[in-house]
Amino acid sequence: MKFWIAMGVLAAAAIGLALSPVNEYFFYAAYVVLTYVVLATAWNILGGYAGYVNFGTPAFFGIGAYAAVVLMRWLHAPLALQIAAAALMGGLLGFGVGMLTLRLRGIFFAIATVAVIFIMETLMINWRYVGGATGLQLIRPDVMAPFASYTRMLFVVMALMAIAAVAIARYIQDSWIGRGLRAVRDSEEAAEANGVPTLRLKLLACTVMGALMAAAGAPMPMYLSFIEPASTFNLSYTVGALGSAIIGGMSHWLGPIVGALLLGSLQQIITVTISGEVNVLVVGVLLVLFVVLAPQGLLGLFKRWLPFSR
Amino acid sequence: MAPLLKVTKVSKHFGGFTALNGVSLEIAEGERFGLIGPNGSGKTTLINCIAGALRNESGQIVFQGREVSGLPAYQRTRLGIARSFQIPRPFHTMTVLENLLVPTAYVVHLKDTEGEAEAMAILKAMGLADKAHTPASQLSQVELRKLELARAMAARPRLLISDEAMAGLAGAEVDEVLRILFDLNEKGITIIMIEHIMQAVMRFSQRVVCLDAGAIICEGAPAAIVQDPNVQRAYLGA
Repeated sequence: MKFWIAMGVLAAAAIGLALSPVNEYFFYAAYVVLTYVVLATAWNILGGYAGYVNFGTPAFFGIGAYAAVVLMRWLHAPLALQIAAAALMGGLLGFGVGMLTLRLRGIFFAIATVAVIFIMETLMINWRYVGGATGLQLIRPDVMAPFASYTRMLFVVMALMAIAAVAIARYIQDSWIGRGLRAVRDSEEAAEANGVPTLRLKLLACTVMGALMAAAGAPMPMYLSFIEPASTFNLSYTVGALGSAIIGGMSHWLGPIVGALLLGSLQQIITVTISGEVNVLVVGVLLVLFVVLAPQGLLGLFKRWLPFSR
Repeated sequence: MAPLLKVTKVSKHFGGFTALNGVSLEIAEGERFGLIGPNGSGKTTLINCIAGALRNESGQIVFQGREVSGLPAYQRTRLGIARSFQIPRPFHTMTVLENLLVPTAYVVHLKDTEGEAEAMAILKAMGLADKAHTPASQLSQVELRKLELARAMAARPRLLISDEAMAGLAGAEVDEVLRILFDLNEKGITIIMIEHIMQAVMRFSQRVVCLDAGAIICEGAPAAIVQDPNVQRAYLGA
């Protein structure tokens, strides 16, 4: 109950902010940070709970973005429909990647997910309808009533998606699904021998992860008014999603949020104040430091002061 | 009465290596059954085929009158076949109690409150009650072996396969695990024991089968098995 009140307050705060006269740039940056909250939260469902490291975040994110573009060009579909279609496509791709876990584990699964990025990127490069390698300029539709700008509206949309993603991750973690996924992570053989339908749970985790990541990608073309493959399928999404979860802590739904807010904001600040290159370096150094010194992430470091165990 | 488990001409190959070559055996309800054989003779492969971790290539495995060779492991556990692992595979990021809550939730479909009560009762019977809230990663070797058995029990099995539950344990610890297995059997659970500690298998089993090179070379009462020239040859290579 407390959780839902907090989420309601956050949603209201996001809408309130978007209607306030806060500088436009804030929303431009906050949108990206919130995208990372969704990506990291989604990544953690498979990576943190089930222990399958997915490097393919850009593939899911990208398929979502392109699904939105197709719907926009083809049917002039509204944003909500674009997001729904993106989630569907991402879920399907997630299901497919989930089938890979039948034969691939550990590092081999991780490598296979990298291949999925290149497959998706190559497909989009060779598809003229969505702009091919040169990309596609997009015109934003008129902004909806209460919002002063399209970016403000997208900020609210992404905030609501982040809340939805966190609620889903939290449900999975606390339900019987979460315990099964943890059993899979600890020992797949033992999980299976103790009645856990490991394949079904892994497919479920992959599908939910894929759907959420793709949903997060759907508003991206409208945010940029542009889409092209190289930046859409950029490996920085891999690092952002996995890095946020590792830095925040993978054992609890709160971890990826903390990590994404921290890492995302830091990246935005450094990109503006120093440079885009230094920002990549900082993420790399942070990742190495956390993996070596605090493998449980920030949540692990501050465990003692947190109201929950684990 | 029909046997609880009936294995008929089960074979399994790994590449060119024949791990099981037409193994057949029957196990009656409530039996204490010993499975012995030298290293690499196919004992673990056989129980992996029975429990579903591996699929047999030919032959039938019938449990309670139902052919189970096509079923994934988790469904066989739900039907009543539970196992412990030769090398303990605890859920190491969970506490001992949480380890048992996996089968109580996924096999017996108990709510957590009921599952916890049942799990605590099992842990008490196993002498692990004081470790209930200890992370499984901090257990000693004996405790890990007991956890393997406790977790298997939490699935409320009709057939328990104990794969070298005593390997690496000292004399008194062997007796402790043996006592646990005897207790379980008295509650009506059929037990297949795979063991290298001869004295333990011989004390425990009503009937023993000896495997060598993937085939059964001898079957009978424990006393007869040790006298059998084939068994002696398999073990001593004479």
